[in-house]
Amino acid sequence: MKLRTSHYLIFAFLAAFTYFYSKDGLVATSVLYTAIQFALPLALAAMVGVMCERTGVVNIGIEGTMLISAFTAFFAGAILKNTVQGMLVGVFTGAMMGLLLALMAVNWKMDQIIAGVILNILAAGITSFYYRQNYSIPSTLDPIDLPVVGAWPILGPVLSFHGPITYFGIFFILALWFALYKTSWGLRSRAVGEHPSSADTAGVSVTRLRYLNVTVAGAVGGLAGSYLALEAVGIFERGFTAGKGFTALAIMIFGRWNPLGALAAALFFGLTQAVTNQLMIDEVVEIPPQFINMLPYILTIVVLAISAGKVRPPAAEGIPYEKEKS
Amino acid sequence: MKTLLEIEGVSKSFGSVIANEDISLTVREGEILALLGENGAGKSTLVKAVFGLVKPDSGTIKINGTVMESGDTAAAIASGVGMVHQHFQLVPVMSVTENLILGDEPKRFGVVNITQARKEALALSEKYGLEVDADAIIEDLPVGMAQRVEILKALRRDVKLLILDEPTAVLTPQETDELLEVLRNLAKRGVGILFITHKLREVMAVADRIAVLRGGKLMGTTTPKESSESKLAQMMVGREVVLRVEKSQAKPKEVLLSIKNLRVSDDRKLESVKDLSLEVHAGEILGIAGVEGNGQRELVEAICSMRSRLSGEVIVKGQGIPNLNPRAAHLAGVSHIPEDREKHGLVTSYSIADNLVLNRFDQAPFARGWIRNLEEVASNGESLVEKFDIRAPDAYLSAGSLSGGNKQKVVVARELSQQLDVVVAAQPTRGVDVGSIEFIHNQLIAARDAGAAVLLVSAELDEILSLADRIAVISNGKIVAIFNSKEADRNTIGRLMAGLAS
Repeated sequence: MKLRTSHYLIFAFLAAFTYFYSKDGLVATSVLYTAIQFALPLALAAMVGVMCERTGVVNIGIEGTMLISAFTAFFAGAILKNTVQGMLVGVFTGAMMGLLLALMAVNWKMDQIIAGVILNILAAGITSFYYRQNYSIPSTLDPIDLPVVGAWPILGPVLSFHGPITYFGIFFILALWFALYKTSWGLRSRAVGEHPSSADTAGVSVTRLRYLNVTVAGAVGGLAGSYLALEAVGIFERGFTAGKGFTALAIMIFGRWNPLGALAAALFFGLTQAVTNQLMIDEVVEIPPQFINMLPYILTIVVLAISAGKVRPPAAEGIPYEKEKS
Repeated sequence: MKTLLEIEGVSKSFGSVIANEDISLTVREGEILALLGENGAGKSTLVKAVFGLVKPDSGTIKINGTVMESGDTAAAIASGVGMVHQHFQLVPVMSVTENLILGDEPKRFGVVNITQARKEALALSEKYGLEVDADAIIEDLPVGMAQRVEILKALRRDVKLLILDEPTAVLTPQETDELLEVLRNLAKRGVGILFITHKLREVMAVADRIAVLRGGKLMGTTTPKESSESKLAQMMVGREVVLRVEKSQAKPKEVLLSIKNLRVSDDRKLESVKDLSLEVHAGEILGIAGVEGNGQRELVEAICSMRSRLSGEVIVKGQGIPNLNPRAAHLAGVSHIPEDREKHGLVTSYSIADNLVLNRFDQAPFARGWIRNLEEVASNGESLVEKFDIRAPDAYLSAGSLSGGNKQKVVVARELSQQLDVVVAAQPTRGVDVGSIEFIHNQLIAARDAGAAVLLVSAELDEILSLADRIAVISNGKIVAIFNSKEADRNTIGRLMAGLAS
């Protein structure tokens, strides 16, 4: 299903794009530009899932990680009057959330679903309790005009002029793919997620790798949260992440726990949303906005229904590792 | 010869269970030491302590004269200890090469050099004469092959002491012979080998010295020359064990199980039982002899209605068994001792008592209407635990915490403690210790004498020869010959099993 479906999708996309580009080039490229913006937080959040689950820890606390990181990033940026410092605070917050999950899931061998729920409730509680109005950050992170790429026809305006987190995020996803499949860290991480006792008996510390990966993944979640608050929107509201952390889990599954697969799935989600937005703006179709807002969730259900039974999660995910039982 | 391993006064207990009590042992270079004992005698715990997977409560372990820190696997590996685990420590979805290099990858700047890793894997397999496909995915390999990978994985780390935890429990007789040959070759190269088993034949064939454990204590060491199978069995079990099955003449009566023109396909959708017909009479044990993978599993599962039949009939007491309805097969009188007790025989997280009524929990006296009668379940559990000699403190322990032999006894107890018509026993003594084997064999004979038709499938030809009243040889999904056990000849059957015309 993998090859054929994706081939059809790419073909359909190219056909549709060519048609719209011939009608109105500016709008067509701007839709693609927006698609990347919608896709990036989803893709980064999906990386959190990939990193955790590949080493055998289920993380349903991505939503909470992003929410609280967006919160700290925004208010730190506003108080320090420095957006970059705000971002660093956001990333650090995410790492702490990862560390907390590792503590619960790896050390205390808690049920990982419950541990994730704790992260989400914690984040929702803290961010709404301490939320204050009338704060603002000096500016959003400045977009970067890519030197050569920016001058390309068609693709130039799509790829250029995104913010720094976007470019770093895409670079990170590619690097994660390479690391996961080509480095010894990746081999060991995957082994720990599939069959931890094999890794243990080969002298690889299951605990250490899980701690490392879950914590770093948390930092990536922090980056995704910072992106929303500091690069994409520039504000913070209660319940700001709006389920993106959960959608990311669906994207991770659709992408078969593969960073590139998840990136492609996230772009597909982003494109769908960008197109619907454009249709609304153009008033081509009259749909109540509530239905538009439902779209990511409906898409998630459809995607999961398609993937169900065809994908194979890491075998050891969700199971705390007990050394003496090996 | 240099002493490689010295175990001095090692003790370890898990809660109230004493697994090892003051054990001292040595292994020299180039020596094969067999560690013999019943299930639960503490063999696995002892070798896990050597490998650093278990922290002993007291005592020291020296490797090459150096005292090892307890519970440090990496240090044990570094000082040349390799272990082949009973449950393979291989990542199923990864390739042979990836599994071999895991934990010590050839790399530059953290990037794995997979080309070099593959070369290393091939060189290693050539060096020790253990042929494997470096690119094969582990889960696609047969058990014997996967075990080779496991051995190679240990050897790659320049092993001086190789520990094998019940390596033959999962192997066919042919694979076992190959493994023993590999062990002999390794010993010739100077590798010290610590080999856990409870199969006496293997010990006599391959060991230089034999250490016997019972109830966590070392009962003594001996050599194959000074000992005999029956002496060893006595040391292991603590009483005299009858290795040869004693049974009276069978008195076969009417046909209870009849299989007509059965065709079944395996998991890969290939036809593996081909137009097979067979009859089993009340009061006899029919043994099916054959090399594993010749359709035995599919035959058994089709009889028990767990696998869809392509065509043909299974008739129990004149009544046809519907397709794919294990419950109906059970109600028609088929008792099934499955090949894989963990997967098809037990719910390991349930208590022993619940497992003992798994197939009749909803029938009187274990239920009144919709309500379970837990008192009855409990008293049934207690009485069967005693009657079938299941070694457990009580019947409420989860079945998963039992040793292999005792798990099997739970299955046997459940299946043989009901009204017996047809008993289908698949590999009933696989991975089970000598004492339990004797017990299970006697139970099967008792079932026969009580008038049941027993179909016994086993990869161990010795088991078939000693238990069965009639022997059917299966090869490539067909019964190629049926012998009366008195006329049966080991060599002839072996040739037929291998697919050669006699």
